[in-house]
Amino acid sequence: MNNPGLKDIWVYLSTTPLLGLTITLVAYGLAYRFYLKTNSSPLANPVVTSVIMLIALLMVSGISYSDYFAGGQFVHFLLGPATVALAVPLYQQFSRLRQLWLPVLISLICGVGIAAGSSILLARLLGGSLEIQMSLAPKSATAPVAMGISEKIGGLPSLTAVLVVITGITGAVLGTKLFEWIGVKDDTAKGIAMGVAAHGIGTARAFQVSNRMGAFSGLAMALSAFATALVVPWMVDWIQALFS
Amino acid sequence: MHFLNGITLLLVYQLAGEIIVRLLGVPIPGPVLGMVMLFVTMMIRGRAPESVEQASTALLSHLSLLFVPAGVGMMTHFGRIADEWLPITLALLLSTVITMVATALIMQQTSRWFVKPARGQGDE
Repeated sequence: MNNPGLKDIWVYLSTTPLLGLTITLVAYGLAYRFYLKTNSSPLANPVVTSVIMLIALLMVSGISYSDYFAGGQFVHFLLGPATVALAVPLYQQFSRLRQLWLPVLISLICGVGIAAGSSILLARLLGGSLEIQMSLAPKSATAPVAMGISEKIGGLPSLTAVLVVITGITGAVLGTKLFEWIGVKDDTAKGIAMGVAAHGIGTARAFQVSNRMGAFSGLAMALSAFATALVVPWMVDWIQALFS
Repeated sequence: MHFLNGITLLLVYQLAGEIIVRLLGVPIPGPVLGMVMLFVTMMIRGRAPESVEQASTALLSHLSLLFVPAGVGMMTHFGRIADEWLPITLALLLSTVITMVATALIMQQTSRWFVKPARGQGDE
């Protein structure tokens, strides 16, 4: 292996964005195939399996996250236009949305409040530091919003980004089973709950169930981004005042 | 060409969203505002352009993939998560479950209260 030719190739590979981009797509391709093999079991969520594969690969090969992200960013960048693209399924469900705007609004405001309130109180109860409580508070919002809020209320934005991803994965993996247990069958209600609790990763999962569930999840994700930005900083002050 | 037009339009809306968010100083991500603006545009025009539909379907069909690079970022926080793993994991898990269950039940109940059941569903 100490052949200088191979070493040069490795030096090239570990610094070019091509490697990060390619392994992301290959890992996802394998993860997606595995997901289909398990008859689309939510436990085999392709985000989970590809993230595990990639972290293992990077740790074994000693490539840093920032070197990896030089390539991964091209995929990451598409989150922006994909968020804008959510307007299309939403528009296709518009007639249904017009009927349901009041229930959607009520569920959304309650959901956002419950998401932030329960994570702060639970973390406090379990002995988490204030920094952790504040980093957890906006975890159900989409990553860029959550990071902004976290910074504003005294959390750690980069930790929040990670917690947001874990929250989304948790929601995507548990969601359909939970809805089955509590007897919620309507795809509209399931979509709203998924979008409020588990933002974009939940929405990706919702689209695997049905187009309607995906559309309403996307709607809930977008509106709860607004609601979280408005409600959470105010709620944090309120909770702090209550306990001090 | 259709696909390219669609992607271009999505990026134009995103860019407009980013600029407006910065001009107004609102704490909302640019793409979310871009989505709202695209939705309003389609409502006013009364249809979704085919190019945007095509690009949107392509992007959303593998939405999960787009979260993978951010997910791998978890590896940079292993230390901090290990320090306070119990409050972090339990609070995150329970809170996500509570939020999801409560929101689904509230939505189901309020839909029953406020929306009249569609009459003659079989006729449609």
